Amino acid sequence: MVTSEGMSTVTEIPERRTELTGETVGNIRSDHPFMVAEDVNVYYGDNHAIQHVSLEIGKKEVIALIGPSGCGKSTFLRCLNRMNDTIETARVTGNITLDGKDIYRKEQDPVALRARVGMVFQKPNPFPKSIYDNVAYGPRIHGLAADRAELDNIVHSSLERAGLINEVKDRLDEPGTSLSGGQQQRLCIARTIAVNPEVILMDEPCSALDPLATARIEDLMDELCEDYAIVIVTHSMQQAARVSKRVAYFHLGLLVEVDETDKIFTNPRHKLTEDYITGRIG
Amino acid sequence: MQATTLILLLGLMAVTAFYLGRGRSLSLVGGHGHGLALHSLPGYYGYYVAIWVALPALGLFLLWVLLEPRIVVALVVNGLPEAYQSLPAGELNLLVNNIQNFAAGDVISVEVDRVLQDAAAQFNDYLANSRQILAVLALGLAGLAGSLAWRRIHPDLRARNRVERVIRWFLIAASSIAIFSTIGIVLSVLFEAIRFFQKVPVTEFMFGLNWSPQTAIRADQVGSSGSFGAVPLFAGTLLITAIAMVVAVPVGLMTAIYLAEYSSTRVRGIAKPLLEILAGIPTVVYGFFAALTVAPWVRRAGEAAGFEVASESALAAGLVMGIMIIPLVSSLSDDAINAVPSAMRDGALGLGSTRSETMTKVILPAALPGIVGGILLAVSRAIGETMIVVMAAGLAANLTANPFAAVTTVTVQIVTLLVGDQEFDSAKTLAAFALGLMLFVVTLFLNIIGLSVVRKYREQYD
Repeated sequence: MVTSEGMSTVTEIPERRTELTGETVGNIRSDHPFMVAEDVNVYYGDNHAIQHVSLEIGKKEVIALIGPSGCGKSTFLRCLNRMNDTIETARVTGNITLDGKDIYRKEQDPVALRARVGMVFQKPNPFPKSIYDNVAYGPRIHGLAADRAELDNIVHSSLERAGLINEVKDRLDEPGTSLSGGQQQRLCIARTIAVNPEVILMDEPCSALDPLATARIEDLMDELCEDYAIVIVTHSMQQAARVSKRVAYFHLGLLVEVDETDKIFTNPRHKLTEDYITGRIG
Repeated sequence: MQATTLILLLGLMAVTAFYLGRGRSLSLVGGHGHGLALHSLPGYYGYYVAIWVALPALGLFLLWVLLEPRIVVALVVNGLPEAYQSLPAGELNLLVNNIQNFAAGDVISVEVDRVLQDAAAQFNDYLANSRQILAVLALGLAGLAGSLAWRRIHPDLRARNRVERVIRWFLIAASSIAIFSTIGIVLSVLFEAIRFFQKVPVTEFMFGLNWSPQTAIRADQVGSSGSFGAVPLFAGTLLITAIAMVVAVPVGLMTAIYLAEYSSTRVRGIAKPLLEILAGIPTVVYGFFAALTVAPWVRRAGEAAGFEVASESALAAGLVMGIMIIPLVSSLSDDAINAVPSAMRDGALGLGSTRSETMTKVILPAALPGIVGGILLAVSRAIGETMIVVMAAGLAANLTANPFAAVTTVTVQIVTLLVGDQEFDSAKTLAAFALGLMLFVVTLFLNIIGLSVVRKYREQYD
């Protein structure tokens, strides 16, 4: 847990930490904080899934959450757009702000929040509708387009930004499920950016895709981070190294270490982080 | 020997054979420590011998029981004096019946004479002898087959595979019972219906607008030339089914949506079993609920609103039938909704949809084929439902679309045609089979379509 100011700045620690104390080493701060989590705890019934996690997510940056299965990184991700609300037994404490406003405050409508904090899931999940309707779904329910022409515009530009337009422009009325896995995932990304979110959460977006499709999505993330804050959960060290600016390492519900990506991969401060990225645990 | 004693004895022999077979397999390889030298576990050798003891003997027993009455009767008839043997088939049949009844000590319909007494004594004699022979043969066969199997035990004998094969045939036999009885029922209905269509043209039955199933008993009888136009029955059935579906589909669907998407685990845990109780109420109970509670209420309500309402209205029967079908619709829709992957739900929620937007725009369209399949199954259930309409819908074959009028259904007419003493060669009685055939064909098609829709939909997501 980070409480003192001293921890937030980079301090020289010659020896690597080995013990799991609940303290986060490295630097949880961002230069341009946009989403700020402070002392976040998540309980599933009696199970304390996330313990005292504090982390800043910057504007226009890709931050990768890594760690062994069950370490709580997806749970943390789902706190950021209140998807945990849909789980009956889940309880979240602590503070998460988006652009300075608490997203768990009473007046916050979780439905409206999810339009600002979009999410891309592990398995491509296009709706059983046409490609066009998949992308138009969000703008329609949020009333973003005044007329058909405007909606067409949104759909086209979203598909373009997702790098899918050339492959699908002649078959917009075919079902979204007719696309290949990688195309489906890019369709889901197009669907997410169609509602014009500020943050995009990605929960292992490439784990069901082949290497070529993965490379396309990673290229896409590079482009998208010019406009959005992107939080990505991944099991692939290479992916984290390739796409992210910062990396956060979770272990058993604790945030163990956060830092610039190259620092984490060249000189991790915590023994657990080192063990994980060198493949000794996980 | 009594049949039960014989069966018990065979069972005892089979149990003994099990231990003998098991013991022999073990002793062949030199006791418990050397079980690995056997192809199968020792128990399988036991079962192997036990099966050889029990199965052939049981087969013989079944065959014997099936054939015995015919053979004994044939023998008795052969022993009758010439004059009786040359009687017409019907009278001879009656005589044989009387002989059998007398032999069993029951009351008979004619005076007891010498011939009858002799024949009955003869009958009992043959019967007793036959049982003796059966007992000896069955036990002998069991012993013989068992000892042969016992001798065949060898460490290399693949007893496990042989037992498996017997189990497989058992299972095949069990599942074919249902299939063969279905075929039998269909054929019997079909043949009786064909007899009906020989008396009444198919076109009259299918397209006639007048249903009045009376046939003359005497040739000179007046005023009962029946007419067998079944259209009013089809119309009545459709009317009641439609009313039932109007009740059951929205209520059942909304129940399913609530239970699948909105309710907490606790509410779901209570509500689902309660719905299943609703599904478990016998239809006859729904029937008198319809006839005694709902029908008078519908009548009063209708009259208060200025309609003329029959005391047995289509509306009352349809309403109650709809309530009966709610659990069916809701549980099938619930399955369809739950079969939609939760990734769809998450995707829609993650885009900022409310629950009801998620439901109406994503989940329901995805679940629609499954729901439609479920509704088709419910329709076929409603068409075939009998008890509620017998008690609440009335008998008058009115051709009307007015829900306040009394109508009758196919099932009700089948019941009324066949209740009581009937002669089985008149068009009146045979009409029931024609109606049954229609009912069967319609529900069969609905079921096939419904099930295939449901199945196709399941494959989509698995």
